[in-house]
Amino acid sequence: MIARVLSFLIAISLCATAALAVEPSEMLEDPALEARARVISQDLRCVVCQNENIDDSNATLAQDMRRLVRERVKAGDSNEEVISYMVDRYGDFVLLRPRLTPTTVLLWFGPAMLFLFGAVAVYRQVKQVKATEPSSLSDHDVQQADALLSDKGDTE
Amino acid sequence: MGQSIQRRWTFVLPVVVVALLVGIFAKRLADVESGIDPALLPTVLLDTPVPDIDLPPLPGRGDSEDDGLATPDLKQEVSLVNVWGSWCVACMAEHPLLMDLAAMDMVPIHGIAWRDDPRASLQWLARNGDPYARIGQDPVSEAAIAFGVTGAPETFVVDGNGVIRYKHIGPITIDEWTDRIAPLIAQLRQ
Repeated sequence: MIARVLSFLIAISLCATAALAVEPSEMLEDPALEARARVISQDLRCVVCQNENIDDSNATLAQDMRRLVRERVKAGDSNEEVISYMVDRYGDFVLLRPRLTPTTVLLWFGPAMLFLFGAVAVYRQVKQVKATEPSSLSDHDVQQADALLSDKGDTE
Repeated sequence: MGQSIQRRWTFVLPVVVVALLVGIFAKRLADVESGIDPALLPTVLLDTPVPDIDLPPLPGRGDSEDDGLATPDLKQEVSLVNVWGSWCVACMAEHPLLMDLAAMDMVPIHGIAWRDDPRASLQWLARNGDPYARIGQDPVSEAAIAFGVTGAPETFVVDGNGVIRYKHIGPITIDEWTDRIAPLIAQLRQ
């Protein structure tokens, strides 16, 4: 059963890759260059539809940006050169994976810091509870409890 | 004693965090209210030279002097570069203002006809008037991407040395012109 569900899901995800925004006519003839263009495109934000990358977007500007990426790849630019060409024009905003800069430090390390903070808080809390637990009954309390219990036994 | 301090702390901290978040959200809301669009993209090309472009003219657009729009054309004097298209509804909204500016000879306005059929561009200009000094065709967003354009209309103020001094996204309003662009042009001309 599980195997069936899994194979169905895999089949569906394979179908999904067929619904590409990249038209066959846009693709480069050299498969290696085309693969690089795809990788670059997946990291570039479509500035029209802001939460899509240009590889997925059907916006005309995304299409033109894809074309430009392929032109530059074909002209011999490295992946970094193509990406910085876009960053020079659209700013860091065009990157879907933000660079590590002074303004993005919080973005990169904020979650980890929050996690650490929470972990420390939980650790201290647990330690405190453990430390207080054994002393919850004093010797006097135990004696009293014993007395009460033995009293009960007598009356029965 | 130490425990009570810690307890007060665990009470105060969430309150501080919530107050901080409320403050941030309130500021953002106030920004939107006062017309600062949160989806606005930052402009990185400010105070940098105009990109290298060499766009062909719209065939059959009046005078023979018009041979498209190229980078040297933007290094003569203070000018506006307006990205538009006949398909662009918002461009229609700002068009009367551009016509007025051209009629009053305020500043040369150069057009980039973005992703448009040249015939459609010409038809649109014939119907609505042509405020442009020069027009270059940009059928595959070559200039649009070079200028970091994200949508039409977008207008750049370029100084006499061909350096981008200002960028306005969306239609220029009369307020935008009187409050920002006109004073900037006057200042750049000094």
